[in-house]
Amino acid sequence: MENVINLLQWLLPFEWMQYHFMQNALLGVILVCPLFGLMGTMVVNNRMAFFSDAIGHSALTGIALGVLLGMRDPLGAMIAFSILLALGISLIKQSARSSPDTIIGVFSSTAVALGIVILSRGGGFARYANFLIGDLLSIQEREILLLLAVLAAVLVFWLIFFNGLLLVSINSTLARSRGKQVRALEIAFSLLLALVVTVSIQWVGILIISSLLVLPAAAARNLASNMRQYHVLSLVIAVFSGISGLIMSYYWGTASGATIVLCAAIIFFVTVISRQLLQPS
Amino acid sequence: MTEEKKNGYNHRQACGLCCTTIEDLGVVRGKTVILDHVNLHIHCGELTALVGPNGAGKSTLLKAILGDISHSGRLSYLNAIGGDSVKPVIGYVPQQLEFDPGSPLCVLDLFAAARRRRPVWLGAGKRMQRHAAYQLDRVQAEHLLFRRLGDLSGGELQRVLLALALDPMPDLLLLDEPVSGVDQRGMELFYDLVSNLRRQNDLSIILISHDLGLVARYADRVVFLNQTIQLVGTPHVVFSDPEVIKSFGLVSLEGIAPRPEPVAQKIELGASHGKRY
Repeated sequence: MENVINLLQWLLPFEWMQYHFMQNALLGVILVCPLFGLMGTMVVNNRMAFFSDAIGHSALTGIALGVLLGMRDPLGAMIAFSILLALGISLIKQSARSSPDTIIGVFSSTAVALGIVILSRGGGFARYANFLIGDLLSIQEREILLLLAVLAAVLVFWLIFFNGLLLVSINSTLARSRGKQVRALEIAFSLLLALVVTVSIQWVGILIISSLLVLPAAAARNLASNMRQYHVLSLVIAVFSGISGLIMSYYWGTASGATIVLCAAIIFFVTVISRQLLQPS
Repeated sequence: MTEEKKNGYNHRQACGLCCTTIEDLGVVRGKTVILDHVNLHIHCGELTALVGPNGAGKSTLLKAILGDISHSGRLSYLNAIGGDSVKPVIGYVPQQLEFDPGSPLCVLDLFAAARRRRPVWLGAGKRMQRHAAYQLDRVQAEHLLFRRLGDLSGGELQRVLLALALDPMPDLLLLDEPVSGVDQRGMELFYDLVSNLRRQNDLSIILISHDLGLVARYADRVVFLNQTIQLVGTPHVVFSDPEVIKSFGLVSLEGIAPRPEPVAQKIELGASHGKRY
C-alpha cells in the first residue's frame, strides 16, 4: 500500500495529496469507480436501475438490524439483509403477475420504512445521516482492502459469466437454447449487484448510489458501437468523474459522493449533445 | 416407423437426428392450461409449419421443446440407425429480442457471446470475426457484422438470428416468426433461405408462421394448433378444412396457392398423428 501511495503522490503532486484521508479516499475512488463502471453496463442494459436503488435503500434496514443485534460494525448485517432482499425480489419476480417495478417498489419501501422506524427510536436518526450522503473521506485501509477484494471478485465473475449474462439480457429463451443457466445467471447477477452496492454505500451514500451505477454506462452508450467500446468508455468515464469529483469536493468543501455524481452527470449531458451533433437524425 | 416407410421417408439420407417425437406434452401456467395432449412427430428434412390463432400456445410449444419452461409429457429424439435416443443440437430463432435498441451491441458481439468463452467486452478477436462473417454470408448478411442490433431492420435482424441459430448446424431448427416489422420481400427472402438450407443440410424445422400464403408455398406439413393439435396435414389439406378457414377468416383458397404435392408426402388424416382430436 505504501508503494501505491508513493506512486500516486508522484503522479499527482498536489497539495491535497499530502493528507492521509485524501490518499485513502483516492484509493477508494480508484476501486469503487471501476466497480460501478463495470456493473453499470449490465444494470443499464437490463434496466435494473430501480433494483439497485432499492438495494441501496435497504441498507438502512441492514444498519437497523445491526444496531438491534448490538453489532459495532453493521456491514455484516447490511450485506446479509441486502442479499436476502435481492433473493426475495428475484424469486417473487418470476412467479408474481405484478410488474417488476411494483414488486421492487413494495419491497424497497417496506424495507426503508422498517429501517427508519427502528433507527429513529428515541429521535436518534441524525447519527445515521452520513449513510445517506456517504463519507468517502473516512475510508480506512482495511475497508480499501475489502473493496479491492470485491473488485477482484467482480472481475472474475465478469470474465467467466459475462457472455451468458449478455445472452440472457437479449433473449432468455435464446440463451437457454445455447445451454446457459438463465435463472442461475440472473440470480447471481442480482446478488453480486446487491453485494457491490452494500459494500460501497458508506462511501457513496444511499441517495446517489444508483446514479453512480447508471451515469457512466449511460454516457458510454451514447458513444459506443460495440461491447468493448461500451466497457472501456464506461470505465474511463467512471474513473475520470471519480477522481475529478473527489478533487473538486476537496476545494469546494462539498460531499465527495455527490460531487462525483455531478461530474458524471455533466459528462453524460456532453455525450448526449455530441451524439446529436454527430448524427443529426 | 411403419408410417415413415409408408410415406417414403426411409429413402432419405440419414442425419444425426431422424425423428423428434413429442408425446402427450402439456403446459400449465398457474391454473391456465396452455397446451394439452400434444402429440407430434417431426421428421428429418421436413419443414413443419405451426399455425393457429393468437394465444394458441405456439410459442409456448417451442419453449417447451427448448426446455425453457416446464412441461409434462415426453420429448424424445431418435437417430436414424438404431433408434437410440440422442441429445440434439437445437437452433432457435426468437420472435423478438428483449434488448434495448439503444444498446451498443453489434452483430459480431452477439455471435461472440453465443459461441465463445472469451468475454465479449475484451473484444471478439480476428478469428471470431472471420467465423461470424462466414456464418452471416450464408444468409446474405455479411455486411451487417459491425452494425448495432438496434439499427437493423426487422428482416435484417431475422436473418442475423437465423445465421446464429445455424451456428453450429442444428439437428432441429425452431423458428418463431415475428408478427410484424418484416416486409414482404424480406419474408420471401427468409423463406427461400430456410428452404434451401433445409434441403442442403437435411434439417428438421418447426416454424411458427402468420403468413399462410408463404406457409402454403414452403411447408411440407402444417400443424393447426389451438391448445392441442387440431389438425395435421399438407398445406392443401389443412387450409381446406372448414374450421381452419373460419379461424383465419379465409374466404377461399384463392389467396394462398399451395404447391402441387407429390403423393409420397401426403400425410393421411386418421393416421396416428393426423387425426382430429
